[in-house]
Amino acid sequence: MQAISSWGRLSAFPHEVISLSSPQQARRAITEHHPGIAHGMGRSYGDICLNPQGVLWNTLGLDHLIAFDEASGRLICEAGVVLRDIQHLMIPRGWILPVTPGTQLITVGGAIANDVHGKNHHVLGAFGDHILSLRLQRTDGRVIDCGPDLAPQWFAATVGGMGLTGVILQAEIQLRRVAGPWLDTEIVPYANLDEFFTLADESEAGWEHTVSWIDCICKGGGRGLFMRGNPCAETRPAPHAGHLGMPFVPPISLVNPLSLRPFNTAYFNLKKWQAGRSITHYEPFFYPLDNIQNWNRMYGPRGFFQYQSVVPRSNGREAVQAMLGEISRSGEGSFLAVLKTFGNRQAVGMMSFPQPGVTLALDFPNKGERTLKLFERLDAIVREAGGHLYLAKDARQPAELFRAGYPRLDEFLQYRDPGISSALSRRLMDY
Amino acid sequence: MTTQRILIIGATSAMAEHCARTWADRAAADTLALILVGRDLSRLDRVAADLHVRAPKVRVESIVSDFAKPEAIRATIDAIHAQGRIDVALIAHGLLPDQAQCQQDLTACAEALEVNGLSPVLFAEAIAGHMEKASHGTLAIIGSVAGDRGRKSNYVYGAAKGLVSRYAQGLQHRLASTQVKVVLIKPGPTDTPMTAHLKGAAKLTPVSDVAITIVKAIDAGKATVYAPGKWLIIMHIIRHIPAFIFNKINI
Ligand SMILES: Cc1cc2nc3c(=O)[nH]c(=O)nc-3n(C[C@H](O)[C@H](O)[C@H](O)COP(=O)(O)OP(=O)(O)OC[C@H]3O[C@@H](n4cnc5c(N)ncnc54)[C@H](O)[C@@H]3O)c2cc1C
Ligand SMILES: NC(=O)c1ccc[n+]([C@@H]2O[C@H](COP(=O)([O-])OP(=O)(O)OC[C@H]3O[C@@H](n4cnc5c(N)ncnc54)[C@H](OP(=O)(O)O)[C@@H]3O)[C@@H](O)[C@H]2O)c1
Repeated sequence: MQAISSWGRLSAFPHEVISLSSPQQARRAITEHHPGIAHGMGRSYGDICLNPQGVLWNTLGLDHLIAFDEASGRLICEAGVVLRDIQHLMIPRGWILPVTPGTQLITVGGAIANDVHGKNHHVLGAFGDHILSLRLQRTDGRVIDCGPDLAPQWFAATVGGMGLTGVILQAEIQLRRVAGPWLDTEIVPYANLDEFFTLADESEAGWEHTVSWIDCICKGGGRGLFMRGNPCAETRPAPHAGHLGMPFVPPISLVNPLSLRPFNTAYFNLKKWQAGRSITHYEPFFYPLDNIQNWNRMYGPRGFFQYQSVVPRSNGREAVQAMLGEISRSGEGSFLAVLKTFGNRQAVGMMSFPQPGVTLALDFPNKGERTLKLFERLDAIVREAGGHLYLAKDARQPAELFRAGYPRLDEFLQYRDPGISSALSRRLMDY
Repeated sequence: MTTQRILIIGATSAMAEHCARTWADRAAADTLALILVGRDLSRLDRVAADLHVRAPKVRVESIVSDFAKPEAIRATIDAIHAQGRIDVALIAHGLLPDQAQCQQDLTACAEALEVNGLSPVLFAEAIAGHMEKASHGTLAIIGSVAGDRGRKSNYVYGAAKGLVSRYAQGLQHRLASTQVKVVLIKPGPTDTPMTAHLKGAAKLTPVSDVAITIVKAIDAGKATVYAPGKWLIIMHIIRHIPAFIFNKINI
């Protein structure tokens, strides 16, 4: 038994960890030791990748590349391959992963199971949009190959399927041509939500990547920095990666009301001063925190939550304003706060998070009941607006909000593997 | 430029594989050939395919051999050398037996001694002959810190690794006047499939770190290297604890 936490460090329960080291051994391990749940890099914040007191199939040994077609950009690899390895190998060869989240330290399997999104959702959709096929190992020994045109229902259930339809052994990914590692980027400060939405709308056509940092505690709420970027053909040499780390867990959260307000003000003004156009390397632009090892420890021993919602555009402005109001009144929140619009696209997965609208993601140090009470007030706003919460970040939403927010749940349940169960699936579904 | 030929015995081992990735990664176009020897073709092909995607210009060949049969070992190594001389050979196979089972079941005990001791030595002996004749090459063998002192929790494995150590020492003596280098690598507990059951219980070094140490030691032609280096000091202390104290410690 080994104590395992997810990224939010809210718990550290013992797990029976079984390492998957080859497809053959994985098949044996999964059919012989279940119920369990697959676990990649554990970069999910909540309980989606946990199974306290039970079996965890660690997929990091499934780290082999299988084939790459230099002409078409199709890569076949095992599901434990980490996105950073693909980026490092392929960008110098002129190919890049079309969609990556705010960290590249995640596995291909984890990226599919949460159908992760990046800053370019309005152009390229989510990770699952670029999967040509995948192989699923079921706990009864059956192997299912599926894709958009092959057993499409299995595919739609597995993309965004929380690891509950089987263990993904391998996947074929369509990479995308890229000139190099550089982006033409711009930072534009905004004073309120109206300005944010104007910027987001006017950037849709001309900018591939858009995201914004929002100051969640400034009175009135809604000022922030809008960041946008396009790949470019710059050829200067790559910068040297710096290495910072959080070497220990501080006794209390370093993120507290005393530190937050001055930090946010300083950050806003610093970046505002740096606003404008520049050429930026893809790593700091896409994955700004990856060089600060264990930054999640700064929230102290009790860990932290991330609350990420998406609400439709029609009432998005009001809902976001209302949420920011609640957060600002509560004095909670953190400087890690992201506001971004999603494009008008239908997700591949039955349970995928992205939907047309606007998504707000914020970190909250865990202060127990107080934090949970705030989330209940935020839940009410999301429910009212017809939105839902991101399962990759969730550790506490009530089953009723989940059911209301994910209308294809019943359809999805038919594809579940009875030998797979996670803390999240038991909290939100029947087992 | 001539092609460098690197021979890896037990090429499906995680350590060996990470060395191979490092070699493939740094090789300039068309200058490296990797010859992978293992006991199972499908497992070798998984490694070969991965290396091929990482470095399409590197030539990768998979060869199956019987690791328990001296004649098969001889034939495999002769055939490989018939294609040209080898610049670097790495012998990496091994298995971590259950000590308690070795005490009960002599078949398991024999297998552990064969796979960790006899078989690597036979491969090394076959390769050394060719390298000596060519007066060229670096022969690296993976031993273990466990070979430095026998202890109750794994002395069968430790004895086999100790055999490898003593063998490498003798081979270094024999080849001292030639251009051939013999490198003995002694890893500490490393995160690989071999130690999967120890995860959480012991502190394991990432296999990529150990691989970097191995590749550097081979580049430098070092006689003995601990991976990571701190094990040199730790094992120095452990080797020098007097028996009357050592025998009371539970390790
Ligand atoms: C700093 C940071 C920034 C982030 N930014 C974003 C972002 O911008 N957009 C976004 O969408 N997400 C984001 N995330 C969340 C992260 O991308 C997802 O949680 C991702 O799924 C984590 O992948 P993982 O390999 O760590 O998987 P884990 O967290 O270990 O597991 C996640 C899920 O995948 C399943 N799974 C893993 N491997 C397999 C497999 N082989 N077969 C079947 N199921 C499997 C698990 O069972 C679990 O349900 C961010 C996370 C961090 C820490
Ligand atoms: N991991 C550690 O903590 C550690 C510490 C010190 C020393 N070492 C040594 O480092 C070397 C590499 O080990 P690793 O950690 O990389 O282990 P690994 O990934 O488990 O690899 C073990 C290798 O040994 C082969 N093998 C196992 N049993 C065999 C048999 N009966 N006949 C032939 N080949 C056999 C395996 O081949 P298949 O793929 O065909 O099974 C595989 O290539 C070994 O010599 C090991 O003793 C390891």
